[in-house]
Amino acid sequence: MESAGVKTADDTTANEGTAPEVGSRQSPRRPRIEPRSLVRPVVIAALVLLALLLIPSIFSLYYVDAWTQVAIYSIVTLGLGLLVGRVGMVSLGQGAVLALGAWVAARLLFATGLPYPLVLLFAGLITMVLGTLVGLPALRLSGLYLALITLMLAGAITVVLTTINFPNGGSGFTGYDGSTVHIPPIRRPSVATTDPAFFRYSMIVAIVMFVLVFFHIRGRPGRAWAAIRQSESAALAAGINTTFYKLWAFALASFVTGVAGGLVAGSFRYLNSLTFTTQDSITLLAVVLMGGAYSMTGAVIAAFLLKFLQALLNDWGVSPDWLTILFGIGVLQVLTTAPRGIVEQFPKDMARLGRLIAGLFRRRTPAAEPAE
Amino acid sequence: MIEVSGLTVRFGGVTPLDGMDVKFESGTCGLIGPNGAGKTTFFNVLSGFVRPATGTVDAFGENLLKMAHFRRARWGVRRTFQTEQAIEELSIYDNVAMVHEQSKGSSGSRREETLESIDFVGIKSDPYAHVNTLGAGERRLVEVARAVVGKPKLVLLDEPAAGLPEEETEHLSNVIRKIPEHTGALTILVDHDMSLVSGCCETTAVLDFGKLISSGPTDQVLRDERVIRAYLGTEENV
Repeated sequence: MESAGVKTADDTTANEGTAPEVGSRQSPRRPRIEPRSLVRPVVIAALVLLALLLIPSIFSLYYVDAWTQVAIYSIVTLGLGLLVGRVGMVSLGQGAVLALGAWVAARLLFATGLPYPLVLLFAGLITMVLGTLVGLPALRLSGLYLALITLMLAGAITVVLTTINFPNGGSGFTGYDGSTVHIPPIRRPSVATTDPAFFRYSMIVAIVMFVLVFFHIRGRPGRAWAAIRQSESAALAAGINTTFYKLWAFALASFVTGVAGGLVAGSFRYLNSLTFTTQDSITLLAVVLMGGAYSMTGAVIAAFLLKFLQALLNDWGVSPDWLTILFGIGVLQVLTTAPRGIVEQFPKDMARLGRLIAGLFRRRTPAAEPAE
Repeated sequence: MIEVSGLTVRFGGVTPLDGMDVKFESGTCGLIGPNGAGKTTFFNVLSGFVRPATGTVDAFGENLLKMAHFRRARWGVRRTFQTEQAIEELSIYDNVAMVHEQSKGSSGSRREETLESIDFVGIKSDPYAHVNTLGAGERRLVEVARAVVGKPKLVLLDEPAAGLPEEETEHLSNVIRKIPEHTGALTILVDHDMSLVSGCCETTAVLDFGKLISSGPTDQVLRDERVIRAYLGTEENV
């Protein structure tokens, strides 16, 4: 078997010359930090910094707003990717969870003078409680049935929100006043009243949410989720309380989606039931699968597909409805040829293209090859 | 010590365990029997995946059947599976740490104990290597490391050598022999490889059609006429 021959640098220093002895104690080894492993975080940090600094100055206001939507929706796709990719629970209710977050945030923003970050936190927490309820069926159902039930719950939430309407500065529990003519816009954070500033604000909130999810994935819950996704019996045999960790995943996904809802409220400034449709939840799942549900970069790609392409088509005067067809083809392609999404397929394709070009180049200059 | 009495499991019209009575004292004990004898069902009852119709299981003075399944692993029931279940997308270290962090114990020694159990089973690859880069033999060892990390009380090994080549089976058998001494856990080994069972287990119990048909020192059990007949098929019925 190949494993018998696998030797690492670590191993040769520890066991050289001696037969590996069962139960032999070695000093605990720490993970080595290789320079290569630092490349990725440094590149990501640089890209994020560049985006923060450059996007507001090189793009028109129209596209700055599109990038704001990408930043906000990357939080939503991050949450859905967590459920689908990490834990293996397909939820078609995340669009409605986002609407809930936006409703709660709008209500709080009209009713209180709380600082914006606190509003986002409360919107996240309240949505977490409600969103976890949406996740309750996941304890008994999986696959298609879970998807169906979450879709129905999303529909139910949308119906309720359409009935009570989104807050528009009115009074009472719903904060909606149907008779008002002058509707005040939803408050933005005092440091980010303009569109470019709100873009930066949204991006920083998105970074915080990504870091939050990153630490979950790297830590104890991440390990538990990986086990649950591969085999529930293996997870139980490892002592993992699968019910608890599944609910934890729904709670975390709902929390970040609720925070994103708070940003949606500030970004749109006027909300109505047409802002959120049940179809959104389905499109969300499609782009998450296309971007790559198993990675956090995939979430960013998914949000880009969802929001930037939409803005681009609008700008070109093409109806964004065409995206439904594009996403349909995209999902078909991903499911049949690249189950881990664009995030893994694209570098592979690029490497293949690179080899192809290198091969062509080499064929043209045969003299450059050393003679044997 | 684990004492099982009158254990019956029914799935519809099938009775994989039929009033099983057995006692495992200490060390490494074998549990053998022809296909469908109820060995894996017995492990599933101990892990809590299957609820028995009747019977009791007393493990070190605890009524095991009253414990929730995930709590049993935390308490000390550990197992491997017939089809290997190392978690692919995690590293060797994370696979083992995952079990340890769910069990009780101080977090200071957690990292050391995790690495120690990876060393104990003799995994030669880097502990931070991903499981999906390992060969079948080492993936099996990852499962065994998960079963022995921390303070297990009962280690259940379900055909750990299935599909492994000879040299890896030999290594595994060295590991299995040392589990009781290393961890203090009672180890029950289910396997069809009789040389592995006789090499690792002082005592062996034999199941056939969900009933215990023989138990005692391994060499005696393997010579027992009822055992031979169970494996070869009952000639009287032919």
